[in-house]
Amino acid sequence: MKRFLITALLLLAPAWVFAAAGGVHLDKANIDPNNKQSLQRGAKMFVNYCLSCHSAELMRYERIGRDLGIEDQLVKEHLMFTGGKLGDLMTVATADADSKEWFGIVPPDLTVIARARGVDWLYTYMRSFYRDDSKIIGVNNLVFPDVGMPHVLWELQGWQDPVITSVKDHDGNTRKEVTLELAEPGLMTPKEYDRAMRDLVNFLDYMGEPAKHDRRSLGVKVIMFLLLFLVVAYMLKRDYWKDVH
Amino acid sequence: MAGNTADKWQGGLLGWIDARFPLSSMWNEHLAKYYAPKNFNFWYYFGSLALFVLVIQIVTGIWLTMNYKPDAELAFNSVEYIMRDVNWGWLIRYMHSTGASAFFLVVYLHMFRALLYGSYQKPRELIWIFGMIIYVCLMAEAFMGYLLPWGQMSYWGAQVIINLFGAIPFIGEGIAEWIRGDYVVADATLNRFFAFHVIAVPIVLLALVVLHLLALHEVGSNNPDGVEIKKNKGPDGNPVDGIPFHPYYTVKDIVGVIVFLIFFSIVVFFMPEMGGYFLEHNKFIPADPLKTPEHIAPLWFFTPFYAILRAIPSLGGSSFPGVLAMGVSIVVLFFLPWLDRSPVRSIRYRGTLYKVWLALFVVSFVILGWLGMEQPTTLYTWIARICTVIYFAFFFLMPIYTKMDKTKPVPDRVTS
Repeated sequence: MKRFLITALLLLAPAWVFAAAGGVHLDKANIDPNNKQSLQRGAKMFVNYCLSCHSAELMRYERIGRDLGIEDQLVKEHLMFTGGKLGDLMTVATADADSKEWFGIVPPDLTVIARARGVDWLYTYMRSFYRDDSKIIGVNNLVFPDVGMPHVLWELQGWQDPVITSVKDHDGNTRKEVTLELAEPGLMTPKEYDRAMRDLVNFLDYMGEPAKHDRRSLGVKVIMFLLLFLVVAYMLKRDYWKDVH
Repeated sequence: MAGNTADKWQGGLLGWIDARFPLSSMWNEHLAKYYAPKNFNFWYYFGSLALFVLVIQIVTGIWLTMNYKPDAELAFNSVEYIMRDVNWGWLIRYMHSTGASAFFLVVYLHMFRALLYGSYQKPRELIWIFGMIIYVCLMAEAFMGYLLPWGQMSYWGAQVIINLFGAIPFIGEGIAEWIRGDYVVADATLNRFFAFHVIAVPIVLLALVVLHLLALHEVGSNNPDGVEIKKNKGPDGNPVDGIPFHPYYTVKDIVGVIVFLIFFSIVVFFMPEMGGYFLEHNKFIPADPLKTPEHIAPLWFFTPFYAILRAIPSLGGSSFPGVLAMGVSIVVLFFLPWLDRSPVRSIRYRGTLYKVWLALFVVSFVILGWLGMEQPTTLYTWIARICTVIYFAFFFLMPIYTKMDKTKPVPDRVTS
């Protein structure tokens, strides 16, 4: 009987492996959700560079302050540029119609983007813009080809150019591989830029599920209680079943 | 133990109630003096666990309903509102979404138990039929609940499944439109699915659970030996191999419930998305009727049937044969009690033939489940076809191989 169960589990195993596979190679974001400073830097980056076009309309400023350990006054000064109340949602002033005309699409709301795309995707995406004169906006992205979003952070990262190399794969076929090379340096070194993107993605991940921290710490307590309860329940069962032969 | 206490309380409140309502006699009939075989094993936890998960789903569902908005404009955001601004909302939502998958897992194991020990055989055919109707209702319940968060995958999953009805010749399109209440999945669909998900189907489910249990308690539980314990009664008129459900199985099932809750908590608190199997990534993108996702797959508990659907070649451009096969793959389960011609119930006393067929069936069911999540390739389609043939052969050849099978003699009493 148990054999069936084990067989079933083994058969399920490939599904887990295949599920992770995607199209483009993604770099690991390696975020640290417990690093409050990283989250704070990410929040700052987000309100400075993303929030002018993208909304996060399911998130409240107040919650960010509370969860990330930022005082109300500082939240108002550093995160809220348009005034308003602490409890406000992070909406944008840009009208959808304008966005559509400028970018061809309304920039998506980013509240739960980390849950839809995954942190590695976002981290790689933010570092994969390159110059492409064939596009109207002059940029393209390796992870998201023909993306409508301009490289907002070009000032920080600088400009990357594509380098096409031929590589031989296992079967001996040659295929073209595109890598990116920094052509014009920006205000940040590549290392600093990577760290900034890690902070930003860390913040996006937090924003996707603000309850994640509470969830994990509560989970440990719940499971410890259940284990204790299990011992008591098992002893009760054994006591009752003493007379069953 | 508890059975005798009723006698002591002839007067008092209980006496007053008993004179007006069969409280003590119901308690005795279904718990304190319901004699269950003493040799239940691991597989017998899943019945009570299914009931437990049903309670989780109903309770968390009620609380979700308090803040959820069944409106195409508001639904997606209201779910995130529950996740963020409602106290403990995230816990309630994750319990509900994990509970849905847990329900199917538990029910599949519960049904597999029936296959192992022939629990559907005479005189338990009706228990099996009620159980099957519960299973079908559960599928409808899960499918309709899946639309409610109004994410991309909810929307397109619903679109695909409803379109299956469209494949039925002549009347199909009409039926699909009638289900949707619109030409595409839209606000009208969301509203009616909400009504069915929170009221209609749960009521039917609860009624069916009562029928399932009443039928079970009428004929008594089967056991891993497939021996009828009522044939061996002691001087007190109770089965020698039986023990009162309460307290023996209540205390035992509490242990089962806690072990279940530990696994359940691991998912709820540490991996609520279960790598995209319980909550898909595309569910976090609001539904967009103009943007079809690249890869649409139903949730894992539907994928075996979805793989059967895709495995059948279309006929003259119509996918009706596949839809029909998928329908038959579920309907055929209803006939199990009459397809099985074995003189014994339990796998312990069956011959090699049944064991081999059951193993093949389980393996192909799991492979189909996996294939249903993947993009079809030529190789995958052929694997799916082979598994589909095995799936149906398990049922359609059952009258033959169960009769041919060399069974072992069944003992008079249960073995411990």
